[in-house]
Amino acid sequence: MKAIVFGGTTGIGRAIARRLIERGEAVFLMGIDANDLERSAADLKAHHPGKALVGFAVCNLEQPESFAPALDAADAALGQFDTVVVTAAMFATQDALEADIELTRRLLTVNHAHTIVFCEHARKRLLERGRGQLVVFSSVAGDRGRKPVALYGSAKGGLAIYLEAMDHKFHAQGLSVVCVKPGFVKTGMTAGLKPPPFAGEADQVAKDVVRAMDRRSPVIYTPRIWALVMLVIRWLPRFVMRKIGF
Amino acid sequence: MVDSLLSGWGRLPMPGRELLSENLEAVTQGAVLSRGLGRSYGDSSLPANPSDKVVGTRLADRILAFDAKTGVIRAEAGLSLAELNRLFMPRDWFTPVTPGTKFVTLGGMVASDVHGKNHHQQGCFGAHVKQLRIRLADDNVVECSPHELEDLFYGTIGGMGLLGHILEVEFTMHPIASPWLWTESKRVHDIDEFLDALAEAAHQWPMTMGWIDCLSGGRTLGRGILMAGRWATPHEGPQRDPRARPEVSLPVELPNWALNPATARAFNAAIYWRHWRQQHRGVMAPDGFFYPLDAILQWNKAYGSRGFTQYQCVLPRHAGAAAVREFMELLTKHGGASPLCVIKDCGPQGKGVLSFPLEGTSIAVDMAVSPEVQNIVDRLNEFVIEVGGRIYLTKDRFTRAEHFRAMEPRLPRFMELREKWDPNRRLRSAQSKRLFGDT
Repeated sequence: MKAIVFGGTTGIGRAIARRLIERGEAVFLMGIDANDLERSAADLKAHHPGKALVGFAVCNLEQPESFAPALDAADAALGQFDTVVVTAAMFATQDALEADIELTRRLLTVNHAHTIVFCEHARKRLLERGRGQLVVFSSVAGDRGRKPVALYGSAKGGLAIYLEAMDHKFHAQGLSVVCVKPGFVKTGMTAGLKPPPFAGEADQVAKDVVRAMDRRSPVIYTPRIWALVMLVIRWLPRFVMRKIGF
Repeated sequence: MVDSLLSGWGRLPMPGRELLSENLEAVTQGAVLSRGLGRSYGDSSLPANPSDKVVGTRLADRILAFDAKTGVIRAEAGLSLAELNRLFMPRDWFTPVTPGTKFVTLGGMVASDVHGKNHHQQGCFGAHVKQLRIRLADDNVVECSPHELEDLFYGTIGGMGLLGHILEVEFTMHPIASPWLWTESKRVHDIDEFLDALAEAAHQWPMTMGWIDCLSGGRTLGRGILMAGRWATPHEGPQRDPRARPEVSLPVELPNWALNPATARAFNAAIYWRHWRQQHRGVMAPDGFFYPLDAILQWNKAYGSRGFTQYQCVLPRHAGAAAVREFMELLTKHGGASPLCVIKDCGPQGKGVLSFPLEGTSIAVDMAVSPEVQNIVDRLNEFVIEVGGRIYLTKDRFTRAEHFRAMEPRLPRFMELREKWDPNRRLRSAQSKRLFGDT
């Protein structure tokens, strides 16, 4: 496997990159900050007992013009990547978003439009190679319109629809799409929020994601209990959803 | 308004919250305390005031450099020893010093200047640290080492995080012959025999420690089991790496009565007599040797909702065996019911300004919290002061400020360093409030 991990310097992305490198895959990191990428690349090398193939390039979801050059750099370093993992995204609470319309615009653009544009760049290259895997982080927030994640969830829900369509359209041509729907995970992204029941850890989520990649599962919920939680929430009638705060 | 609680390993919580971030350098700006995995027993990692900005370091866990020729490693302060062991033991490298649990961070190991079974040969962890990156109270970030800002360096080693936030740690790992240990354990009948056996073993073994049945008095006062070990040669141990232990966690808090004098006595007798052979030799996996208690995650719930503390002190060698015997008598007389009492002979004191060990005998004992615990700690502290010993801040929750001052001649020097590096006393913990009068 020659994998790009976009967002691999922090949180779940970091945990996935480590898991891949430890089992001997080649990993290329993408992220916003060159210094941070360099530190994470060193960390990945230390996680591999031998000589690991690790590279990195700056890529920013707010700057679509950075996508193609970063993918070119990955191809140059890895010799044609075959796997693209996208954990990068923005996060803000519903309260913060409602208070700041500019922040809302940025978050919706980054998490929906620009993430899909990045995936389109990656998908075209993978299809040209005849096969490949696209692993993208949506969220359980995208499964149902819910009060505390109304705006964030709308972008993640739209992203999930796109990923589903990619699977339908290109599965036969050798593209494997994995839509990851994490529940609440205790990482730097959610620091400061009160963890709900069933909150997960980055390592456990990374383990689930890598397993789903091996099995080429189109959709996974992680921690897995969230599949059940969301099943219930999807079936709650509207009058209940209007009443509850969840 | 803070509605959440923070707690040390002893489960006596205080209001406060920790801010987690992968980017320590950013998040420590304006913070007053850093904490790692919260394994210090008492209030060293708890905020002095509920609204104090406390940083949780455990997400900052990247290894920044490792030199396979020299063993020098540099990592972010939140890297856990468990992770370091998992990655480096199969490559035949090990931390130069390990405490009795692997669920600690590098930052915590420096701040507590942890010691281990090899203290008589290798000293504390701080003796192997080459460089530290620190965010100071004035928000500047500096590098310090034995050659550069050495007063800050040695003040930070064992300084409980009160001189600055530890961001990165560089230290030297030790090569090991195999990831297995060759060990010998011996049943010991009383405290005098124990001290002789420890002294003798210290000459022959790089690692020693003892478990004492501290509920046994009279002629069998201080009976227990002496353990010694060294790294096995590649031929002595199995050819494979030790298996990871299954994760077993104590799922519920036991009721407060579960651990009482009768059950503790039965438990201790069982441990003692399980070692029915006078002497036992063999190859052991490192987790079983270094971290027997880590086998059950969250074992601290065994003490119930009342919580617990550990009393650890070191009695200087010049006070003699009589002092150790007297201390054990005091302990059994006042003693809470404790299934855990550990004895270790320490080597010379290190360079950390407030570092705990000094040449002599260290004794650690767990105690459930009860109305008498303050009184017990006071009595034990009075004795420790009398014989010229001192206590380990990382375990402490109940020592009085005047007692600490009396037992710690190095305190004025540490306060000078605080005056120099943090004149406004911005960095503080619940412990520094209790012992040093911070606000």
